Amino acid sequence: MHLPGGATRKAKKITAATRLTEPAPVRWILTGTAFLFLGLFLFIPLAAVFSQALEKGVGAYFAAITEPDALAAIKLTLIAAGISVPLNLVFGLAAAWAIAKFDFRGKSLLITLIDLPFSVSPVISGLIFVLLFGLQGWTGEWLSAHSFRIIFAVPGIVLATVFVTFPFVARELIPLMQSQGREEEEAALVLGAGGFRTFFMVTLPNIKWGLLYGVILCNARAMGEFGAVSVVSGHIRGLTNTLPLHVEILYNEYNFTAAFATASLLAFLAILTLVVKSLAEWKVREQISAE
Amino acid sequence: MSIEIQNINKRFDGFHALRNVNLTVPSGELVALLGPSGSGKTTLLRIIAGLEFAEEGTILFNGEEATHRNAKERQVGFVFQHYALFRHLNVFQNVAFGLQVKPRKERLSKGEISDKVHELLRLVQLEQLAKRYPAQLSGGQRQRVALARALAVEPQVLLLDEPFGALDAKVRQELRRWLRKLHDEIHVTSLFVTHDQEEALEVADRIVVMNEGQVEQIGTPEEVYDKPANPFVLNFLGNVNLFHGRVHEGAAKIADLSVDLPAYGEADGTAVVAYVRPYDIEINRNRQGSEEIEAVVRRIQGAGAVARFELERLDTREIIEAELTKERYRELGLRSGEKVFVKPRNMRVFAQDYQI
Repeated sequence: MHLPGGATRKAKKITAATRLTEPAPVRWILTGTAFLFLGLFLFIPLAAVFSQALEKGVGAYFAAITEPDALAAIKLTLIAAGISVPLNLVFGLAAAWAIAKFDFRGKSLLITLIDLPFSVSPVISGLIFVLLFGLQGWTGEWLSAHSFRIIFAVPGIVLATVFVTFPFVARELIPLMQSQGREEEEAALVLGAGGFRTFFMVTLPNIKWGLLYGVILCNARAMGEFGAVSVVSGHIRGLTNTLPLHVEILYNEYNFTAAFATASLLAFLAILTLVVKSLAEWKVREQISAE
Repeated sequence: MSIEIQNINKRFDGFHALRNVNLTVPSGELVALLGPSGSGKTTLLRIIAGLEFAEEGTILFNGEEATHRNAKERQVGFVFQHYALFRHLNVFQNVAFGLQVKPRKERLSKGEISDKVHELLRLVQLEQLAKRYPAQLSGGQRQRVALARALAVEPQVLLLDEPFGALDAKVRQELRRWLRKLHDEIHVTSLFVTHDQEEALEVADRIVVMNEGQVEQIGTPEEVYDKPANPFVLNFLGNVNLFHGRVHEGAAKIADLSVDLPAYGEADGTAVVAYVRPYDIEINRNRQGSEEIEAVVRRIQGAGAVARFELERLDTREIIEAELTKERYRELGLRSGEKVFVKPRNMRVFAQDYQI
């Protein structure tokens, strides 16, 4: 007596569920394609980096990443990121704040200009600085007369990194702040809070996860930037090589183990970035679902 | 605190949002700024709050110049249409915000702030929800939190921008009554913006009708409803029928009707329009006298407190809306398609060139 009734109920449930989704083969093909793609272009290269790096044993691996030139490259990369990320944090916040919360002349021009580093090839960005500050450049003679070195030196690398990475924080914050509108700030103002108070008590808490997300992306790009930095660096070992440039030099010298060992550092950084980014995204989602 | 607004002018990118607005709000009154969207009412409210600044004109608070004070210094409470609660703070923290950002000298102690916030939450009947976040509240609850937050700083003036605009009809009605009651208890000078004439008529002590950046009329709800200053006010406050006619020998001739125009002074032949509310339309099956208009019943809507009729004039084919009591509707027993005689009462006649 019970069986037939149960069976029909089960059958009904299945039809209700299947109506809301694609048939099984379609789902398998879609998921399969995505994973195949990821495997081919992400997991296999990543595995290759680590296997090549460890090919000659752990000893060779650590020797490659602790030799003086490698350490100098790590240090320079950290300096470049350490300067450009805070600068872009401040710039991004200021730009996003201005664009989202105020109306002014030239606003759309500013938005377009913020996107410039995304639309210009990094090599061109590097060349701009060579043209500006290089020996044959506009200010080259004056700079060399006063013994300032920008091109083929650390300041050039920092400048190029700042330029290439400045859209990240602003781009992340502008849509977020625009969607949040100005009303909460206005409410704070009417309640007697000044500009600074409003920023720290209302605006910043509302954008903190988006800001973190932008900073993470900005940092990843700052450490991984190759093109623009390559043009202004001059590739002086131990002096003006960042990690990506160091990898290239080692690779061109057929020193594959050392090249991949150094590359694995960047890969680690990428993985770490992904983890922190997922955490930030999860937090943002949590914040949204709470609303 | 009284508010005086003198000759305020405001433009946005060439759009003249407010034109020579003059307005006085006596201390302790609840005043509605009523008008269609784009009439400048919200802009005026924001100028009073210090969130917007006028190009010309003066604002006086209690007779003191306040035109150049910024929002922080004006000591007004502002309730936003979409609440603008701080989403990362809970109800308690939202209400406490204004008390916590006061300069150290004026700031209350933690315990005093807590007492005050709880007292306010009791006033808006949300005491048990103090720990909730805005996202966890209904629209009506959010609006009450917004109101408690605005009241926490003991504002001299309370400004409300379409306070019930985003709520559904039933909650709206409840909150409306509750706002009126609250105002009767605390007597803070209040100004609220609305485009809903019913809301303005029900809640306000005084109504300011606005249109295209200008004040059309200021008066009590009875005054603006019963003695509208011009066709716009008449039209905006409820439905109205239009009858076109001309001036002839000191009277308006509208179809077979004649309306006396004492002290009107318009020349013969001037085009005039008579305005009649739907409930001032009398309907009869048979001719009662000479001053009537023939029409045909097009549609009858019998549901509700009154029966609504859609009539078509036989002479001009224009539609007349009429409202009859249920008794009269039953007594007449009309069906659509039947011929009737229409007699307008309480006609208000204005010269034609007045733009609506």
